[in-house]
Amino acid sequence: MKTPRNGPAARPVRKGPPVKSLRTRGGLSVRVEARSALVVLLLLLAALAASVVLIGTGDYPIGFADVVRTLLGEGNPGQEFIVNDLRLPRVLVALLVGAALGLGGAVFQSVSRNPLGSPDILGLGQGSTAGALFTIVVLGGSATQVTLGALAGGLLTGAAIYLLAWKRGVHGYRFVLVGIGAAAIVTAVNGYLLTKADLVDAARALVWMTGSLTGRDWDQVWPLLALCAVLVPLALVNARPLRMLEMGDDAAGALGVRVERTRLLLMLSAVVLTAAATAAAGPVGFLALTAPQLAKRLTKAPGPNLVPAMAMGATLLVVADWSSQRIFGADQLPVGVLTGVLGGAYLLWLLVTERRAGRI
Amino acid sequence: MALVLLVAVAAASIAIGAKPLSLGQVWHGVFQDSGTFSDVVVGERLSRTGLGLLAGASLGLAGAVLQALTRNPLADPGLLGINAGASAAVVTAITFLGVNSLTGYVWFAFAGAAAVGVLVYALGGSRSATPVRLALAGTALTAALSGYLQAVMIVDDAALGKMRFWTVGSLAYANNDILLQVLPFLALGMLLTLFLARPLNALAMGDDTARALGARLTRTRALSLGAATLLCGAATAACGPIAFVGLMVPHVVRSFTGPDQRWILPYSALLSPVLLLGADVLGRLLVRPAELQVGIVTAIIGGPVFILLVRRQRMAQL
Repeated sequence: MKTPRNGPAARPVRKGPPVKSLRTRGGLSVRVEARSALVVLLLLLAALAASVVLIGTGDYPIGFADVVRTLLGEGNPGQEFIVNDLRLPRVLVALLVGAALGLGGAVFQSVSRNPLGSPDILGLGQGSTAGALFTIVVLGGSATQVTLGALAGGLLTGAAIYLLAWKRGVHGYRFVLVGIGAAAIVTAVNGYLLTKADLVDAARALVWMTGSLTGRDWDQVWPLLALCAVLVPLALVNARPLRMLEMGDDAAGALGVRVERTRLLLMLSAVVLTAAATAAAGPVGFLALTAPQLAKRLTKAPGPNLVPAMAMGATLLVVADWSSQRIFGADQLPVGVLTGVLGGAYLLWLLVTERRAGRI
Repeated sequence: MALVLLVAVAAASIAIGAKPLSLGQVWHGVFQDSGTFSDVVVGERLSRTGLGLLAGASLGLAGAVLQALTRNPLADPGLLGINAGASAAVVTAITFLGVNSLTGYVWFAFAGAAAVGVLVYALGGSRSATPVRLALAGTALTAALSGYLQAVMIVDDAALGKMRFWTVGSLAYANNDILLQVLPFLALGMLLTLFLARPLNALAMGDDTARALGARLTRTRALSLGAATLLCGAATAACGPIAFVGLMVPHVVRSFTGPDQRWILPYSALLSPVLLLGADVLGRLLVRPAELQVGIVTAIIGGPVFILLVRRQRMAQL
């Protein structure tokens, strides 16, 4: 005879935000967390609004309504030139770079199991910088060549870190430490290249190193868009295995995740995305570090939060670009200065709270 | 043995450089200085070597002390961001406050090093601080501080012209004035460190045991942190941030002395200058007649060593 179960234990009360499942008749189901979806929606709206404002900002200010009208193809020719040829590509680059860095940061932080383990701290940003510096200082290359150099540098560094961290699988902690070592080496090389340059080249290199959106045009948009179109879905498909990986390799393996393959695919897409974003806009400081963390705090959902991190990255970069134009004047300082300062402040706060929570 | 190495490297550092000198000329310059051109060259190399000896010893000692203090095999003044703190403060002093003399900005270097040192210690002192977390925190701090440096250099072209050479870490600008100015600070720091060997040994056994043995924990920690700050701050003010010396040497030393700080500290002080001067000589030889800054050479040697340390299955327990 069954004993009747009474009391609060009888009904497990689920805590946290409501979760809905979308099911198809074929047996596919997707979990939709209501709060996450709402956050993403709001962030996208914010990004859109900030983009429109950013397009209207500059030496020739354009009103909100005019920008929208021009974007819909009903503006006058002058405004059309300014909006479509000059400012729209810049905003698109900002959105794409922000999204790519946000995704890359989320994947890296999840794989390294550490809120500080983002690609710009683990040497990828420095690697891209080394590629770009080499092209600027040694080869005296054009803007396109600098972009290619940065891409090559980022990819090479990423591959080197992965291979050096490999020892019967890639472990979170070894990955982080090898990344730190690689970052130190590449930073030294960068310092050397910077001392080799003449002052004009050095100034140009320095602006690149800080991360800038000035003068970006459609040539930067298309390759970035193409890469995002391929790699973002690849990363998102692997989001669920990634979430299981956070429980530890053994547990994930027991749940049927192919641990190393998943990790390799995810890291590959994160590295390529980060390298491409860095090649387009320079290593914009701390974006990859902050975006996933802020997104996670907004959604309050467990797991890597890939989509919210992307939305957050895009929003942050556009807002930062707009603020730096408002504060310092149009194109006076690269946007990386602002993200760097804010990121540094955020970092201090993170260190303090993580310590208080006993996680550092 | 360590002494022989040290003398050999110092001699090489005096004898080798962009201007080739015969051994006779070197001998003449060192012992019978009469003001000829080759004597002047030797004189400059002498002060450079002297600074290398001092800075190397201080960085090695600081690394050893930090490793003992945080009980973390990956602690290093460069990796933990202490050097970056010192450089950020120095750059601020030079750019915004118009401080130009070394005596002026050495105080800023101390302040910067101390600020980051306290922060790192606050992080490293907590019970759950693993090597990985501490190293990450230090690297992130370094990234933030170097972002700040970049911003300063973008705003101020003159600062860029000066600072891009200083921020890589170099012995090339050594002269006797710099040497004399940092000497008292470094000497004080070194003395302090050597007296700390026994208390640090006690600390290695864990807080409870150490207290039971009569060690004064708070005082030891405060003094260690103070000594490390003095050493890193002064060394960074004199030759810019140099990473990895403080990381590598104590590990090498520990492999043949065992865990006793009374041996580790003096040996670190003797062998670190060997590494630093060796790297400096190497930098002069590799791209003659130009030279690679010593900070770059140590990072290029030290990075792989660091990665090797990490790849070893059992990281040396302290």
